[in-house]
Amino acid sequence: MKLRRKVYMVAGYNTISMGSGRKEFHPKKPRPGLEDYMKEAGQGVLKQIGGSHHVDECVVGNFIAARYNKQANLAGFFPFIDEGLKFKPCVRVEGACGTGALALATGIKSVLAETADVVLVIGVEVQNSVKAVYGADILAAAGWYKERKDGHAHFFPGKFSDRAGAYYARFGFEKTRQAMAIWFKNAIENARLCPTAQEYHNKVEDLMGLGLMRANPKAFVENLNVFDCSKVSDGASGIAIVSEEGLKKCGIPLSEAVEIKGLGMAEYDITKPPADPTKLETTAVAVKKAMDMAGISKEELATVECHDCFTIAGIMAVEAIGLAEHGNGADFIIEGHTARNGKIPFNTTGGLVGWGHPTGATGVHQAVTIWEQLTGKTGDAQINIPQDRPYGLSINMGGDDKTLVSIVYKKNI
Amino acid sequence: MKYEERLENVLVLGAAGKMGSGILLLTSMEMAELSLKPENKNKQYIIYALDVSQKALTGLMRYLQVQVVKAAEKKINKLRALYADRKDLIDNSEIIDQYVKDVMHIVRPVTTLESAYESHIIFEAASENPDLKIKLFSQINENSKVTPWFFTNTSSIPIGYLDKEAGLDGRILGVHFYNPPAVQKLVEVIKAEGSKPELSEFVSQYIKNLRKIEVPSYDFAGFIGNGHFMRDALYGMSLIDKLRKEEKLSFAEAVYIINKVSQEFMVRPMGIFQLIDYVGIDVCQFIMKVMKPYVKNENIHSPLLDLMMSKDVKGGQNFDGSQKDGFLKYEKGRPVAIFDIEKEAYVPIADLASKCDEKAGALPSGYTPWKALIADKNKDVKLRQYFDNMKACSCLGCKVALGYLKRSKEIGENLVKDKVAYKAEDVNTVLLTGFFHAYGPINDYI
Repeated sequence: MKLRRKVYMVAGYNTISMGSGRKEFHPKKPRPGLEDYMKEAGQGVLKQIGGSHHVDECVVGNFIAARYNKQANLAGFFPFIDEGLKFKPCVRVEGACGTGALALATGIKSVLAETADVVLVIGVEVQNSVKAVYGADILAAAGWYKERKDGHAHFFPGKFSDRAGAYYARFGFEKTRQAMAIWFKNAIENARLCPTAQEYHNKVEDLMGLGLMRANPKAFVENLNVFDCSKVSDGASGIAIVSEEGLKKCGIPLSEAVEIKGLGMAEYDITKPPADPTKLETTAVAVKKAMDMAGISKEELATVECHDCFTIAGIMAVEAIGLAEHGNGADFIIEGHTARNGKIPFNTTGGLVGWGHPTGATGVHQAVTIWEQLTGKTGDAQINIPQDRPYGLSINMGGDDKTLVSIVYKKNI
Repeated sequence: MKYEERLENVLVLGAAGKMGSGILLLTSMEMAELSLKPENKNKQYIIYALDVSQKALTGLMRYLQVQVVKAAEKKINKLRALYADRKDLIDNSEIIDQYVKDVMHIVRPVTTLESAYESHIIFEAASENPDLKIKLFSQINENSKVTPWFFTNTSSIPIGYLDKEAGLDGRILGVHFYNPPAVQKLVEVIKAEGSKPELSEFVSQYIKNLRKIEVPSYDFAGFIGNGHFMRDALYGMSLIDKLRKEEKLSFAEAVYIINKVSQEFMVRPMGIFQLIDYVGIDVCQFIMKVMKPYVKNENIHSPLLDLMMSKDVKGGQNFDGSQKDGFLKYEKGRPVAIFDIEKEAYVPIADLASKCDEKAGALPSGYTPWKALIADKNKDVKLRQYFDNMKACSCLGCKVALGYLKRSKEIGENLVKDKVAYKAEDVNTVLLTGFFHAYGPINDYI
């Protein structure tokens, strides 16, 4: 399949990813609510596109505010963001941690369907409303509810701990752990370059020491330490999805936009375990669809934003893209190829481990980061985008490799 | 009687106090977890929380519920396994709620001693008053329908003395938790000469189940913990007069410098006067009073503590854990002023800090704050280098610190020599785990 109309993304905006690690964060003090994050991100986008009157439709991605914040019907907050959005068509979508990119896909489809030239897309999640031990219950809804009773107290860390254990057993503990620690180190070092990142204030010197810390199964899970995991985050990201007409309407030059070249979506049966726990099979399918639609090879990618909810998922994503053979993802990372000065920099503002993981916002945050990188707006975190490799790739995953959206973006030269 | 059976009926004396409430918390959770085992499903587990006032017990029950929730959140992995057969409990929140109910259901708050007469185990955490403890033990022992074991949390009174005076026939053991019991890992265990061995076996199992560290101590007044701390505090207080005379300092200035040296220069979690305040000036005075008759060649007594008490400056903590004023005045747990004993008023630290800091001199190079040091894998190397730098420095702070470190080491070695501690390692373990020091006092750094 090919996109039958040109689709662009412009005017990205990220709030701070708030949570432990940020100096401003105090678990017992009042913090902004869901609507405040939506308003900040929404207005951040509207300001760049010349106002709400340019917007035809709105999409909000949110995983599970009904439980974290006792709030549903999030589309109702668009007119709260800006009165000019009153009576516009608005919709909320959900696909667990893959929600953000599902919101993007919904916006892309509206533009392709020619029902809209400008779609305002926001992803949002506010998770610090409960302690992590109770948050684990809420996040477990991304899996099959019938697995919850026999699942781990820390349900998703448990799932990816099992994957890590299988990977250690098959491809070797030492090198895998080394790669996971390097992934963590890269994530934090990248986050330190991005003022909105949750780990922006991180000053720890011995990051490898933390990354290599032994797992503590009594307190957490068997095969992961806490540094292998993305943190609990509050935040929102926004971006506008526009047609060529939309670009003109907003008065935004092509150089400020990225073109969507490929969209790959894939779903796996939520009631089934992965066929091979050492692989992200659905991720591989979604990435292939997006790359095929874009008609590019992996050698043409300048950067990737992957869904590293856990460091082991980073290794498996490298393999799912095809940058390394199955079992060699760890080597690829150890050789430095995913670092910001490597062959193909991953997660250049920290990814989920470093920037943060406000679940429903993550997919949109990934798009904003790639938009920033391809339009030279990433500040201290800016990487070089070679002329002959003008593409970026994002992978957003819901559940344990269940709901996948992958997008290929192109810099406009 | 098996471990599980003995824990079916327990009483905590002084349950609403700081130590009693912690012991109640730990023991009630241990009992609730035993009750959840399939083989114990039909047994009745009861723990009586005895204290003098209903008001205190109401506060205790609130405290207990909050603490059980916190504990449950931390051990959720264990609890999910414990409730694996309860198909109706799915989320962590449901399991935690059920656990809290199960713990609270076995606790009976009471104000009359009669409740103790069927208890197999008496945990005693009443005030550090030998006569009171003896009276309580005697009354329970005389009236009990069973043959109870007595575990006393005394931090200073010889166990053999309590055994003899209360006529317990060896059914007593010192089980000295550190403050707060819910957090502190250390438990000092003191056998009297006649203590029955089965009590020690039980307590070892109990401490192991609580995941705490057992350190044995000889039955000598003050044991290891207070044996070191009281002498350490006396040395710190003795430095006040010395510094006032030699360095022409006011009382408050001397206290500030000694507190700073004993915290920062010596890389301890808190300075000696803050620690005295934390334990309580009244409690320290009482412990010294208990120890004094047993220590023949030293004067375990502080006229300064007597003076502070006479001015109604007592330190210690409020029930919510906040710090009361003592040698230092506290705001949000941090020292902000120092007591001036002559003016009977607090002097703001801001008014004297710069002069005193200049007088004390800079910290030696290589200094790592206590919090960072305890987590540092190269702690030993860093400390060695730091103390070498300290030895090469001639500033007042370094000189005072070196003298203090030598005295601390001497106290530790004497505890072994005088048969208070079984070995040097035990002294170091007590200071490392009970007082959170970054290094044991018996070391070769100095």
